[in-house]
This record gives sequence, C-alpha cells and structure tokens, in this order.
Amino acid sequence: MGFFLETLLGGLMAGMLYSLVALGFVLIFKASGVFNFAQGAMVLFAALAMARFSEWLNASGLGNLWLVNLIAFAMAAGVMFCVAWVIERLVLRQLVNQEGTTLLMATLGITYFLEGLGQSLFGSDIYKIDIGMPKEPVMAFESTFPGGILINQEDLIAALIAACLVALLSLFFQKTSTGRALRAVADDHQAAQSIGIPLNRIWVIVWCVAGVVALVAGMIWGSKLGVQFSLATVALRALPVVILGGLTSVPGAIIGGLIIGVGEKLSEVYLGPYVGGGIEIWFAYVLALLFLLVRPQGLFGEKIIDRV
Amino acid sequence: MSKQIGDVILNVQNISLSFGGVKALSDISFDVREHEIRAIIGPNGAGKSSMLNCINGVYTPQQGSITFRGQTFSHMDSHQVAVMGVARTFQNLALFKGMSVLDNIMTGRNLRMKSNLLLQAIRFGPAQREEFEHRRKVEEIIDFLEIQAYRKTPVGQLPYGLQKRVDLGRALALEPQVLLLDEPMAGMNVEEKQDMCRFILDVNDEFGTTVVLIEHDMGVVMDISDRVVVLDYGKKIGDGTPDEVRNNPEVISAYLGTGH
Repeated sequence: MGFFLETLLGGLMAGMLYSLVALGFVLIFKASGVFNFAQGAMVLFAALAMARFSEWLNASGLGNLWLVNLIAFAMAAGVMFCVAWVIERLVLRQLVNQEGTTLLMATLGITYFLEGLGQSLFGSDIYKIDIGMPKEPVMAFESTFPGGILINQEDLIAALIAACLVALLSLFFQKTSTGRALRAVADDHQAAQSIGIPLNRIWVIVWCVAGVVALVAGMIWGSKLGVQFSLATVALRALPVVILGGLTSVPGAIIGGLIIGVGEKLSEVYLGPYVGGGIEIWFAYVLALLFLLVRPQGLFGEKIIDRV
Repeated sequence: MSKQIGDVILNVQNISLSFGGVKALSDISFDVREHEIRAIIGPNGAGKSSMLNCINGVYTPQQGSITFRGQTFSHMDSHQVAVMGVARTFQNLALFKGMSVLDNIMTGRNLRMKSNLLLQAIRFGPAQREEFEHRRKVEEIIDFLEIQAYRKTPVGQLPYGLQKRVDLGRALALEPQVLLLDEPMAGMNVEEKQDMCRFILDVNDEFGTTVVLIEHDMGVVMDISDRVVVLDYGKKIGDGTPDEVRNNPEVISAYLGTGH
C-alpha cells in the first residue's frame, strides 16, 4: 500500500508539470483558435533567459539567492512579454481569419525561430537554474504505513508552485474584467468585438500569460534537469495531455496532466515488468490515441457540432 | 407616441459590397434619425445582414461611406464602433456560452471599466466600488428584461427566447446610442415575439435609444417601426413609413411575386 501511494504521489507531481505546459496550449487555443506548436520552444526560451540572467546577476555580485531569482524571473518575464508582442504584431495580426492549418504552420515556424534565437542569444550549453530547491527526499506517514512514504521534496515544491499558478490564473480569469474579456473572446470572437473588446490587445495578453506559464514550467523543469535543448521537446509530452483533457478546457489541462502523470508511473511500475519496461515513454500517447477513438473532443472539451 | 424624433444620427451613402462575383449590396443609401425605430426588411438573401455588418464594421464595403454623428467613415472598425456607442445583437445567437447570464451582460460593461487589474483581482477599494457600480447597472438591465431568475444560469442552458433576451441585455449594457438588432424575433413563437417587441419599444421609449432592426416578418415590423427600408437582391426598392412601404407596388411584388 505504501509503495502504491508513493508511486501515485510521484505520478501526480510529475503530472502537475505536464499540466503547466498543457495549460499554455489551452490558453492560446481558447483565445485565438491557434494550436500553438511553439509552446515548447517558449518553455526553452524562457528557461534559457532566466538561467542566463540569474547567472549574470550572480556574477555581478548579488549574493541573495531569493533576490537573484526574483529579479531574473522578472527579467525573463519581460523577455516573454516582448516575444508575445512581437508574435502578435508580426505574425498573428497578418494572419487574422486564416485557416487553422495556416496558423499551425506559422507557429511551427515560430518554434524553430525561437529555438534558434534562444540559442544564439543565450548560448547552447547546459545551464542550471538554482532556485534553492531541497534535493533530498523525506519520509512521511511513517506511523500510518510500514516503512512510510518517500516523498521527493523538490517535486512537492514544484507541484505547489504549479498549483499556486493555476489558482492565480483562475482568480485572474474569474475576478477581473480583463479575465472576463478573455473568456468572452474564447467563446465568440465576433460577439466580443461587437461589445468593444479589442481582439489584438487580448491576443497580446493571452500570449503574455502563456509566456509566463512557459517560464514557470521552464524554471521548474530547468531546476530539476538543467536547462538544455531537450526542454523544447517537453511540449511533445504535453500533447497527449491536451488530447485527453480537451483543447478548450483549463481544468481539462490540469486533470489531463495528472491522469497522464499517474498513468505513466503506475503503468511503468505495475505493467512494466511484463512487457520489458520502457512503458513510460509511450504510455501517454497510446492513452491519447484510445481517447481519440472514444471521445475525440477530450474529457472536458466542447463537442463540435456542425450544422449541416 | 410622445417621443421626439431628432436629426440624422447615422447616414449610409451609396454602399456597395460584393463577395467575389456576388453583389450583396449595390448602391444603398438611407438615413437613421435619432430616437426612431428604423427597420430594414426584405426577403431572404436581400442583403439585410450584410448591411448591418457594414455599419458594424464586420464587413468592409467596396464603395460608399457611413456618417455617424457627423463623422464620415469609408469603413467602420468593429472596436471603434462599440466605443462610439453602437451595440448590436446577432441573428444566430453569439452569446458566451460558458458564462452565466450575469457575466455575459457584465462583459458589455468592459469598455467602461477603468480600474487596475491587480486591484480588481483582490477586490480592493476603488476597484470594488467600480465593480459594484457596474453590477448595479447590470442588475437594472436584468430587471428590465425580466430575467432575474436566471442570473447565475449558464446561458447555454436557457431556452432560445431567453437567450435572445440575454443577447439584447449584453448590447444594452454598453448603454448604446444606436442599437442594431439582427432579426431579434427570428425563430420565436407569438408570445416570445410580443415580449421582444415590448422590450424594443421600451428601450426606445425609456432610454431614447435609436434602434435599427432587421426582420423578414413584415407584420411585426410594420407595427413597431417609424420608418422602413426595403431591400431585395441587394438593391433598395422602398423607403418610407410603414403605410407607404405597404402600398409600394415594387415591395408587394418582391414579397408576393408578380403575376406572369
């Protein structure tokens, strides 16, 4: 029992990180109907920016770890805002009312551009982000279960940060007039325009928010695994999550991420021995594939009904 | 009726619009006076909605101009139109389905919200007061449209007739000078139509809002409008008071067909 719970918890925490990346996809898809393939590149770009800024701040003699990270985070967020603004100005605005496929191809272009630009601006080595996460695992519930449960503190804190971000986002979406405008745009572009909600500004805001989400995801992954090119492929890991949760649902992204995270870990541990291991790598995709057959709109996505 | 019809507030001059080879509108001109109810009628495909979409800035006409309160535009910008005080409703409902009735109507206040994002999020001081202020206005609209019972209901769950009211409510929340209604009574039963007529007349009467409405149901339109424009195949075939239009031979033949 203790071991099962341990695996479950590990899965939930890993899942929280998938959710973060998936959230970026969902935010942009909802507000602009663009499947933003560049989300992974944004994660890489943001993490690179933050890693290099904090390195630079450290070198300039700022001793305090918290202060360094806070300033580096703010600077990286600033960079992501610029990226959002430029993307809206130079790409999205020109492609208004184009087919979804066209927009997808455009974000594919943005992906490679961002990956290239990130590496030429910030360098292509492996950098580390040190946000002072405790690395050693702790034992918990020793009295409840024989042997207790081993909890990875780093994962726990990461999951907490992710949960805070989600809470902040829902506050922003539910309680502010801008959030209301964002939800309005997500539901119906034309109606939103007719009551004077400026689409262009909303798009910049939503890309900014997606940029910050990418930054938080990049920061956490970066502090776990180091900032390197492979971060960009994290986006591919989040694809099954959005298929599972539905492209248009924020809670779907979160729950989808948790399901995938837990499913990966449990299947690896309990099914792995029978098929020779390595399930973790493809399990999510198979699950997503099965879901596509049964519920193509995802768990929480809107069912697309075309009037014939 | 005691209402005072004022000067021309909206003037449409020689508007032509085509989609590829299809001429949706050719050389349409008409004016709308302040505080009046102006109807645009015509059979299906006559170009009524296209006309409204030109005024609203959804479509850009190839020729012609639109003058609103003394300013002339070759095409309107959707956002700018809303800022200038023109609101609209939609023929096929375009509500924000995931949101409650209250939130849907609150979005209509968005243009007027000034306070800082951060203050709004934590509901602090002036932001709180501002939210209350807007909420009060929205409650007035909800009372006016008699949808108090559905405040918190997601609009997607409401019956069609009520959704149409919410659509009207959202437009009213802008406190518009001109209200564009795209087939406000389409698909309604007699009772719902009567309610909607009453709301339109009350809006016009109580707030002095100028109303431009599209319908193809002649009966209803003739009862509530001050003046009527008739379109057929993208051309204007009649313009005048309901009585004048009713007796216009071209209008009669467009609606009833001509004997051959």
